[in-house]
Amino acid sequence: MVVPFFNLENDPGSNFTSLLRKVGLDPFSYAHSGDVQSLQAPHGTTVLAVRYNNGVVMAGDRRATMGSRISNREMEKVVPADRHSGVAISGTAGIAMDMIKIFQLQLEHFEKLDGRPISLEGKANQLSQLVRANLSGAMQGLAVVPIFAGYDLLRSTGRLWDFDVTGGRYEEREFVATGSGGGPASTVLKVGFRPGMNADEAINLACRALWEAADVDSATGGPDVLRSIYPVVATITADGWERREDSDLATRFETLVQQQRSQREGTTT
Amino acid sequence: MNQPFYVAPEQLMKDRADYARKGIARGRALVAVQYNDGIVVVAENTSNTLRKVSEIYDRIGFAGVGKYNEFDQLRRFGVRNADVRGYQYSRDDVEARSLANEYAQILGQTFTHDVKPYEVEILLAEVGVDQASDQLFHIMYDGTLMDERGLSVLGGDAESITERLRHSWKPDDDLATAVKKCVSALSGPDRVLHAGDLEVAVLRRGEDRRCFQRFDDAEVAKLQE
Repeated sequence: MVVPFFNLENDPGSNFTSLLRKVGLDPFSYAHSGDVQSLQAPHGTTVLAVRYNNGVVMAGDRRATMGSRISNREMEKVVPADRHSGVAISGTAGIAMDMIKIFQLQLEHFEKLDGRPISLEGKANQLSQLVRANLSGAMQGLAVVPIFAGYDLLRSTGRLWDFDVTGGRYEEREFVATGSGGGPASTVLKVGFRPGMNADEAINLACRALWEAADVDSATGGPDVLRSIYPVVATITADGWERREDSDLATRFETLVQQQRSQREGTTT
Repeated sequence: MNQPFYVAPEQLMKDRADYARKGIARGRALVAVQYNDGIVVVAENTSNTLRKVSEIYDRIGFAGVGKYNEFDQLRRFGVRNADVRGYQYSRDDVEARSLANEYAQILGQTFTHDVKPYEVEILLAEVGVDQASDQLFHIMYDGTLMDERGLSVLGGDAESITERLRHSWKPDDDLATAVKKCVSALSGPDRVLHAGDLEVAVLRRGEDRRCFQRFDDAEVAKLQE
């Protein structure tokens, strides 16, 4: 039996990480050892989230890098946390993926034990505790910095948060972008953001931001037409998480390329 | 020096079983049946917050009758066990059979060794890829584990409810028909059960990862029409 039958003093409550610690499976207890700078682990890069009139858009490129090498072209760094929220991760891929898995389980575990989902604010708080639990990993260069966004059913609006490596949690009103291409992506979002945008405009803006990030940051992957690999773009509304089809994204990037081409021709002639 | 009275083991077990059975018979019953698209559980329960039927994992549901705090403790054990197992191995490695065995161990152990046995009966249902692979595990207060086919009845008055249900139930009924049959088997000829007296949930076969779905009073009333 992995999980014992807890008595009252020992009961871990509805928290999944407490439960894991009780049964000796602490996910963040790796040994402190070795020269960390020489450690080469895959890294994920640009991810972002934008608010619009009915919710939020989340997007992320698909590339993972190890030093200057591309280690994966199809990584999914933006995933649903539960029905009404999503999480996007940049940082050390292995730890990030496990953190996402634990976070998803955490939300589902609470929902099953307590019979209702955690509030959106509560979910963000849970995630910041997971990021903080990885602090010793971050000190060794294995940092994970997520973005959390979702639809708040109590307030009927989309909300988004970014985090720092110490678990600091900051709610943003308009957009967030993080990762190695987060700088250029933020600038595009800042210039293009309009309050009360609709889903279509917000998705186009997110695609443009990823495009510009990939243009200047070698660790961020652009749309890969040859292999038909497109960024992950999803909307979260009152109806829940919905990932956009690759065919839809293909058309949007096609339009983007044509716009840029015609602009360029305009300036040279 | 006081010598404890000698009690024959047969008598001891019989007393405990009587005690547990009495506790269970005080509560209301529940039934679970296969229908054309999964498994439906119908419980007589006037409370809207204290649940008898709930989700354990993607394809596994739990139902209990008897003392609420006792079966709820067992439910929490099930959710924890399933989630940790799924985290350690994979979601495909979580199955009702092994959990049912653990429940049988806990109930059996408590029945023979503790001061008081559990006054509960529980059901662990797992919906498979087709009807032949659906599973219903019925676990008694003393740890007796039964693997039941098609339908399962828990709680006081189980015999007469089973009798009524066996006559009407068909595995290829649709959801509304199955619910109606379950409700009339639960209520018997002399009573009428309304949506507010019932708790209905299904494990729906299909594309979704999480098969468990609970119906609110309005939805139950619609199924009863």
